[in-house]
Amino acid sequence: MASGKKFLVGVFDDESVLIDAIGKIRNSGVKIFEVYTPFPVHGLDSALGYKPSNLPVAAFLFGLVGTITALTMEIGMMGFDWPMIIGGKPFIPLPDFIPITFELTVLFSALGMVFTFLIISDLNPFKLPLMFDKRSTDDKFVMAIDIESNHSRSNEETITSLLRENGASEVNSKTFE
Amino acid sequence: MQITSPVRPPLVTGGKTYHDVTADVCRPVESAPSKAWIAALGFALMLLGFGLYCVYRLVWDGIGMWGLNKTIGWSWDITNFVWWIGIGHAGTLISAILLLFRQKWRTSINRAAEAMTIFAVISAAMFPVLHMGRPWVGYWPLPLPNTFGSLWVNFNSPLLWDVFAISTYFTVSLVFWYLGLVPDFATIRDRATSKFRQIFYGMLSMGWDGAAKTWSRYEAVALVLAGVSAPLVLSVHTIVSMDFATSLIPGWHTTIFPPYFVSGAIFSGFAMVLTLMLITRVVFRLEDYITIEHIESMNKIIVLTGSIVGIAYISELFIAWYSGVPYESYCFLNRATGPYWWAYAMMMSCNVITPQLFWLRFVRRNIVITFILSIIVNIGMWFERFVIICTSLHRDYLPSSWAYFKPTMYDVGVYLFSFGVFFTLFFLFTKFFPVINMSELKAVLKSSSGSSNSQSNKRA
Repeated sequence: MASGKKFLVGVFDDESVLIDAIGKIRNSGVKIFEVYTPFPVHGLDSALGYKPSNLPVAAFLFGLVGTITALTMEIGMMGFDWPMIIGGKPFIPLPDFIPITFELTVLFSALGMVFTFLIISDLNPFKLPLMFDKRSTDDKFVMAIDIESNHSRSNEETITSLLRENGASEVNSKTFE
Repeated sequence: MQITSPVRPPLVTGGKTYHDVTADVCRPVESAPSKAWIAALGFALMLLGFGLYCVYRLVWDGIGMWGLNKTIGWSWDITNFVWWIGIGHAGTLISAILLLFRQKWRTSINRAAEAMTIFAVISAAMFPVLHMGRPWVGYWPLPLPNTFGSLWVNFNSPLLWDVFAISTYFTVSLVFWYLGLVPDFATIRDRATSKFRQIFYGMLSMGWDGAAKTWSRYEAVALVLAGVSAPLVLSVHTIVSMDFATSLIPGWHTTIFPPYFVSGAIFSGFAMVLTLMLITRVVFRLEDYITIEHIESMNKIIVLTGSIVGIAYISELFIAWYSGVPYESYCFLNRATGPYWWAYAMMMSCNVITPQLFWLRFVRRNIVITFILSIIVNIGMWFERFVIICTSLHRDYLPSSWAYFKPTMYDVGVYLFSFGVFFTLFFLFTKFFPVINMSELKAVLKSSSGSSNSQSNKRA
């Protein structure tokens, strides 16, 4: 995805400086490729203009699938496939089906959402991450700017000075093979 | 920026920076194992070895090797099962319910507590499977088509609900725990110097890069997982209690069981978290992260849930008398004064009386007393399950079938086996995985550490 492209990498020491810098850099018309942080920074997604994730909707839908699966299984097996009188109860004792229905709802919704998350975020055991700066999983906040996509508006020097002005402690360039 | 009360004491002491957090938490993972750790693992493996022999004899010769008899069909086995499952509940409570309540002190202990949950559920699940007598047909409770043209499992039975509840609980806890580990594995991967470590932790971290977009999704997932885990953990022990409550045995047939079992589970679980964390913080030098404030907070939960359990005991006694049911009254009178009076006395003193010491502030903040009391609570909660299970069964309706349960070496051995499994897994976890959730701790560090290591704090 980023092969052969040249990036400018701004390294920040503090998350509040980073948030201010994102606002100013975006206002000056420079497009930010992505920001990498060691922990979820409060307000970072709104500063970058990211919309809230739709994953909770996926969780709800997966949960619904779980509810329907469980009820279909229980009603089908005990009510139709092999009806039996157990403790004088009706063939379809709905209250008795609630615990398993609840458990399968939770199971489907949790697993479905997590696997959706892994797939859309492209996370799997064999993936090699693009690390702009290895310290971004420790204590540094790293902003990557793709030079090509900002070509029409600004060049390398202006972006470098823009990063410096807004509090970046280091500005490096990085090219992926 | 988050706003924290200025009167609230800091959650992390010692003026730690983000890098200090990384270095301190990664140190045990990156350094050679200490002698104390090797000795501890050796002890756990010894328990495992002896236990394995007992399990082998039990499976080969049948569950008659246990001290069970015709009257007492459930004893240590189911006691251990309920005890371990209960212990597991604290981990989910810390990771899910305290997350929803925005209790920031959970961040230092949630990783280890969740690990404890998973290992405790493994230890617990072993007992019903062994109690089947034929563990190789342990898949029979699953709704699978069979040779009779699909005579299905009985969905009316709480024992079947348990199968679904515990397997769901285990799966969801495991996924939640692993998802929390992914960013921290990436931290270890990026610090790694050896090729093997880079590949090993690289695969575990699934290519995590900490992109803002991924973090945004990750937080959405964590919140929803917490939201579904909170009712899940309550449902699990509710269903475990229904194994007893839906039967017609006097002493079991009680509607108070679900809330009573859930609070008992949290009570014993927090005691076990304390026992483990008080050792871990010293062995891995994490006193700045697991502070006396964390210990006090956990002790407050123990005194709350312990008091709920105490009220449940007293309500049971009151209802046994007030209902006027002779069987119920006899059962409770027999519990307190019959042949198992000593177990009842252990349960009452360990669960109701001694935890009340935690009303005193200096007791809550004293590490030695806390450690001793946490073990006492765990002993008490084991006896609670033993009292409920064994004393309700041992005097059957006909005096000719009255019996007394005496444990054999195999009861003890299989119990030790579960400890072996639990501690082996826990010690491996403390060595190879980060015991504190670094990314979550860093996120609350600034608002709660009281340090001024950053520019923004200086400006503010």
